[in-house]
Amino acid sequence: MSRASAKIERDKFWERNRKSGGYLLKKTAASGLYKIARAILLFGLCFLIIQPLLNKISISFMEEQDLYDATIISIPRNFTTANYKLTNELLEYWVCLKNTVFVALLVSVIQVAACTLVGYGFARYKFPLKNFWFACVMISILVPPQTISSSLYLHFSFFDVFGIFKAITGKTLNLQNSMAPYIMMCMGCMGLKSGLYIYLIRQFFRNIPKELEEAAYVDGCGKLKTFIRIMLPDAKPILTSCFLFAYVWQWTDSYYARLFLGRVKLLPKALTGLTGRLSDWYASLHGVGVMPSSAYEQAMIATGLLMTIIPLLIIYLVAQKGFVESLSQSGIKM
Amino acid sequence: MKPKKKKTLAQKNAIAGYLFILPFIIGFIAFLGYPLIESIRMSFSEVTVGSGGFTMRFIGINNYKKAFTLDPEFNRLLTESISGMAYKVPATLVFSFFVALLLNQDFKGRGVVRAIFFLPVILSSGVIVGLEYNNTLLQGMEDLVRESSNNSSITTTLQSILDTGGMGSKFFGYVFDILDSVYDIAIAAGIQIIIFLSGLQTVSASMYEAAKIEGCTAWESFWKITFPMVSSLILVNVVYSIIDFLIRTDNEVMEKINKTMSPQMDYGFSSAMAWSYFLCVMAIIAVVSFILSRKVYYYE
Repeated sequence: MSRASAKIERDKFWERNRKSGGYLLKKTAASGLYKIARAILLFGLCFLIIQPLLNKISISFMEEQDLYDATIISIPRNFTTANYKLTNELLEYWVCLKNTVFVALLVSVIQVAACTLVGYGFARYKFPLKNFWFACVMISILVPPQTISSSLYLHFSFFDVFGIFKAITGKTLNLQNSMAPYIMMCMGCMGLKSGLYIYLIRQFFRNIPKELEEAAYVDGCGKLKTFIRIMLPDAKPILTSCFLFAYVWQWTDSYYARLFLGRVKLLPKALTGLTGRLSDWYASLHGVGVMPSSAYEQAMIATGLLMTIIPLLIIYLVAQKGFVESLSQSGIKM
Repeated sequence: MKPKKKKTLAQKNAIAGYLFILPFIIGFIAFLGYPLIESIRMSFSEVTVGSGGFTMRFIGINNYKKAFTLDPEFNRLLTESISGMAYKVPATLVFSFFVALLLNQDFKGRGVVRAIFFLPVILSSGVIVGLEYNNTLLQGMEDLVRESSNNSSITTTLQSILDTGGMGSKFFGYVFDILDSVYDIAIAAGIQIIIFLSGLQTVSASMYEAAKIEGCTAWESFWKITFPMVSSLILVNVVYSIIDFLIRTDNEVMEKINKTMSPQMDYGFSSAMAWSYFLCVMAIIAVVSFILSRKVYYYE
């Protein structure tokens, strides 16, 4: 049955091809070739992107001798999970993980909440100096955080609001080792990449038709209520995207973490200090002055890196739609 | 009783608008505007940190002089990172546009491919970039491979073949530089791909249909429809790529500024370097966006 229908199909194809003077055949062949070329290209690029990751996974399961063996390329001969156990100890993984989950969540929620308010204000209201303030948002995107970090650092080490603390307690407040400075910055939309979120959220709110808002006003909805009941539910996709980005970027950020969260044990910070701890551990085992080989060090870094990003990969796999599809499908006009 | 003066709707809206952006205004003034001015002052002075605070002594442009004339590294790093940007940003743009076009088509497994392409958005952030780049083990492996086999990679072989002519060898050099750094580009292009993709999504299919009926080939409709429609996004992406490239954590100038500040405690000098760098970045962005914004087509 199916064979017969396939034959009919084929006959029809050649019939149509003959009628079109060979055009159809050429066209079909060209599109087939194009599809194959595209598949090869995409496969290659995808491989290029995940190859380092795969490489790290294979290295992380190798014993030290495997690293020097030129005949071993990707599959370890002496399969071991000792690297993970050791990295777990050196990083204080579970403590760091707990802290990182908590800090990233707190920071990103505050950040997105503040940016939503600001983005909405920029998108839906007219007020004097609006362009000036929006230019300030652009400046906050453009200024490298390093430009002001020295000033901020000193600022928070000797924190004071118009000399109030000094008047009361006789000295300024040192906020350097608490989370307060960073939380305050996030509330003020000055956290990691806050400007970008403001921009994205504003672009989204700008595209919502004005009639929706007007209908709410006519029905007696106040300004705040309109925002919460009408606008926010609409903005769910963009808010999810921003939240996920904020979360992930906060997770891997070591810059702000080092600057403001000196005392809190966080994964990215632990990761940068991993080599130091490894050589300490090595010295305590083999005597002072004995250093781990650089290959072994790199294997440990690869393991630590994997352990840091595995939670992120899980989040990404679960919430992939939230990351990408909502951003690309909503068709934000820039 | 005096009748209360009623506010007009515009005034009410203005107040509401200001209330909404209040967090930003406070944050901007307290955590960006003030520190910015402070760091300008620092860059012109010698900062000494004591137990009860810090003091600044005005020393004119000495810090800047030190950065540009005395410091052995700063000039070199600055020119290196700007020239690196000059070829990496166009390459990133072309790559991300091309990939966005591919990902916008319909094929099997598109979701998986998209997921992989956006993976770098997560993986090339923060601490991971820094660790990725001084991966000496990979470097060592590469050297080993290079020694054991005569031809280390396709590009070098090709390069040696094409180089013999002498003509245009410099151009080929650039091309091969880009080819060799295709991994870096693919890693850096995640956000740009998303932006282009979201732009391509807004181009209505009816436009292509109309063009096709009028006898437009795919090539023509690409240049006459797709390209103008997303041209505003090209501007956005150029600016984003420049910023992203110049202020990412593994940028050498950034590393130097950080190093001068954090272990060496030379706040004045590091502020001076940061400001000269920032002004360079601003100048580049201003020139580029001025040139591009004249070509951009806005469809309303």
